[in-house]
Amino acid sequence: MTETGIGVAVRRVEDYRFLTGQGNYTDDINRPGQAHASILRSPHAHARIKGIDTKAARAAPGVIAVFTGADVAADGLGGLPCGWQVTDRHGNPMVEPAHPILVSDTVRHVGDQVAVVIAERRNQARDAADKIVVDYEPLPACVATGAAMAKGSPQVWDEAAGNLCYDWELGDRAACDEAFSKAAHAAKVEIVNNRLIPNAMEPRTAVAEYDRGTGEYTLYTANQNPHVVRLLMGAFVLQIPEHKLRVVAPDVGGGFGSKIHPYAEDAILVWASKKIRRPIKWTADRSESFMSDAHGRDHVSTAELALDADGKFLALKVDTTANMGAYLSTFAPCVPTYLYALLLAGVYTTPVVYCEVKAVFTHTVPVDAYRGAGRPEATYLVERIVDEAARLTGIDRAEIRRRNFIPRDAFPYQTPVVVEYDSGDYQSTLEIALKEADYDGFEARRKASADEGKLRGIGISTYIEACGIAPSAVVGSVGARAGLYESAAVRVNPTGSVSVFTGSHSHGQGHETTFAQLVSEQLGVPFDQIEIVHGDTNRIPFGMGTYGSRSLAVGGSALVKAMDKVIEKGKKIAAHIMEAAVEDIEFKDGSFTVAGTDKSMALAEISGAAYVPHNYPITELEPGLEEQAFYDPLNFTFPGGCHICEVEIDRDTGVVDIASFVAVDDVGRVINPMIVEGQVQGGIAQGIGQALYESCVYDADGQLLTGSYNDYNMPKADLIPNMRVQTHNTLCTHNPLGVKGVGEVGAIGSPPAVMNAVLDALGPLGIHHMDMPATPQKVWAAINGASMPQAAE
Amino acid sequence: MPIAVSMTVNGKAVSGDVEARTLLVTFIREQLGLTGTHVGCDTSQCGACVVHIDGESVKSCTVLAAQADGTDIMTIEGLADGDTLHPMQEAFRENHALQCGFCTPGMVMSAVDLLKNNANPSEQEIREWLEGNLCRCTGYHNIVKAIKACADGAGAR
Repeated sequence: MTETGIGVAVRRVEDYRFLTGQGNYTDDINRPGQAHASILRSPHAHARIKGIDTKAARAAPGVIAVFTGADVAADGLGGLPCGWQVTDRHGNPMVEPAHPILVSDTVRHVGDQVAVVIAERRNQARDAADKIVVDYEPLPACVATGAAMAKGSPQVWDEAAGNLCYDWELGDRAACDEAFSKAAHAAKVEIVNNRLIPNAMEPRTAVAEYDRGTGEYTLYTANQNPHVVRLLMGAFVLQIPEHKLRVVAPDVGGGFGSKIHPYAEDAILVWASKKIRRPIKWTADRSESFMSDAHGRDHVSTAELALDADGKFLALKVDTTANMGAYLSTFAPCVPTYLYALLLAGVYTTPVVYCEVKAVFTHTVPVDAYRGAGRPEATYLVERIVDEAARLTGIDRAEIRRRNFIPRDAFPYQTPVVVEYDSGDYQSTLEIALKEADYDGFEARRKASADEGKLRGIGISTYIEACGIAPSAVVGSVGARAGLYESAAVRVNPTGSVSVFTGSHSHGQGHETTFAQLVSEQLGVPFDQIEIVHGDTNRIPFGMGTYGSRSLAVGGSALVKAMDKVIEKGKKIAAHIMEAAVEDIEFKDGSFTVAGTDKSMALAEISGAAYVPHNYPITELEPGLEEQAFYDPLNFTFPGGCHICEVEIDRDTGVVDIASFVAVDDVGRVINPMIVEGQVQGGIAQGIGQALYESCVYDADGQLLTGSYNDYNMPKADLIPNMRVQTHNTLCTHNPLGVKGVGEVGAIGSPPAVMNAVLDALGPLGIHHMDMPATPQKVWAAINGASMPQAAE
Repeated sequence: MPIAVSMTVNGKAVSGDVEARTLLVTFIREQLGLTGTHVGCDTSQCGACVVHIDGESVKSCTVLAAQADGTDIMTIEGLADGDTLHPMQEAFRENHALQCGFCTPGMVMSAVDLLKNNANPSEQEIREWLEGNLCRCTGYHNIVKAIKACADGAGAR
């Protein structure tokens, strides 16, 4: 281990520019002659557009152009494509409605984009947008997830009868029913996984320009996967060939899934930049972000767990309704299916799992991946019902988990829900966390709180998740419309510095640091001689970007492969120059050495010889020292662990105070422990946000009530506790680094820990169910309802 | 009618014509080209735009450029001493108190003002002071740690 290699808490390369105001976010970019766009959005959840009058807007000061859906149709542009096609239980494809970039006939959610105004200045574009007169015929809206399929519910799409997108199932229903018929106990929960609004701190933003001389378009956009944007938007929406479309995602201020997708605004800007022959910038107001960024979660589920007399899990049955919103966003269909049901075995030996999922359309913002994407929903459901089972059987909550854990010597472990776990040690993560949280001392603390008139609870979550979605052939067979490998190119420059071109994208994760650590470790190159290039389709050959905690597991593996190829070629060059057999060349600590001799050449000498050689095997080997590799993961990786939360509840106010939060996570090999801790802490804060504070609320007409930070309760510094996080790692067995991924574990493991703690605190009052978020109002009402039985029904 | 404004920004005299409705943050970002000050919301809650006006931390989205006429402003670009980071910037780097970096300028400017007002804040005082600065990446844990470290002098190396 070197000072900058694997396992060291190297301080981040990125930080200097961010700390000094020198970051380069998309809204910081200004192009010569740049105009500004404003999007006119629907104020209605559901309305027919009877006419759009843009005359006054066109005549407003500074206005360059106004475009509507009619212009989009006239130019023959396509709609936004969906990247995943789910096949229902009868073998039919999901209902996949059109997703136009500007709507011309019917708006289907508040925030749906209707027109774009382009003006010299941003305020002029907004002022003019206010002058557009849209003649709407408001129609009844379908809003609530649970009511979408009800008879008489307003229809979102004619082609989706009963608002059903797909009706999907996984597992053996008959086997499940059989197991229930023999069960000693059956626990049941009915739970809502609340809709969240991702809220990366940088709003979505884009700058597009068209070069008349070359016919090339450039799009700067706050996005997690610029190559995917180029592929989907170029090929499906705008019909621009890849060599004429450059997509740059420079510094991006957080993503959390919401910046995976190619959005309408990206396409509108690129298209319009050619029409007006000017660069155009658009930056969302936060209010626009609330109503146009893809939302997350939004499941309504019923789950039943069958147990034998000893508390062993026999079968799990799950029935979920998942809200897709008004349109299918890029990965939306796979989130409540393949990223959800495949994790329902959890960390347990439950032999039978049956799950049915109905995806429904509603007149709400599209729902897609948000930090965790499907796995938080699975984890929340499983960990809630395990606690309910413990209550039902009277078995301690830690003990019932121990009895059902997949043993540490059982790996690889085939679950009943398709996936095979490669490694894990659930017993140890639980025991370490119990000790750290002083689980045994809890009852004394509960009593101490009770003496002060407060309610105290402790909650455990032993979770698993799946990262680096894979392998490509398998995901393709279940509906992914693209393979999910990653690429990396490694160029050893003539003087020995190294440039890495990765298809992964960093928007807070610190790849410029961790990927450089991999290079420093493997190639023995000084840290300051390494650059990590990402986020530009003109510089990086190809990439699938960053989501699903895939960067290190997939992108890092591609980087290792590319470096292996560099070393392999370097050995050939070294063998030639040092007049030795290739097999005798060893590479270590940045030098090629002839085994058993003191003959050695540094990597920089070899790279110099590779580019500007005097003595080179030119007839056998291409000059240069640059290699590209693609890596297709063999399996998901499976991080897991244990989160324990302890809360104290004020009976008079209903305020839930987190007294302690402990996390022990298994994330595989750790490249930079400082960054790993930071990822876990940030994820936990989002999970606590979901459990206690955040919720997207629509009224019955489909108006977004939580449309600003006045109404959507973002976790603030004084709402989040100190966290004690540590890792206990087992290595992934199928990728070269042994890494699993850490970006989402915090947001996946923590919500059930918090809610199990809240319900443990409220349990003595007879309160055994509450949906997230456990706001003071909800908790207070439950407490008071509980103490006033006549009002409970 | 454009309004002529002049002020000192990061030690330099600047001036420009603005609309009456132009926000200070817009003037700083778009007319002065100092893009380190960010805009993360439209309700004056996220704090990404915090600058110092006459030595006090202020959300520059909540002030009109015209109101800042004649003031002395410091933005994140003016905080370091040449290439040497301010102790608060150094403490943020040392304690991994930033991830995507978007909230960071406002967070740092706010934290610097906190220590001016309270040289040795408790953890709870730090958390309460930061109520007007949102971060979605860090969970605040390391931000609080960094500010505490800076107050303790550990951030200045």
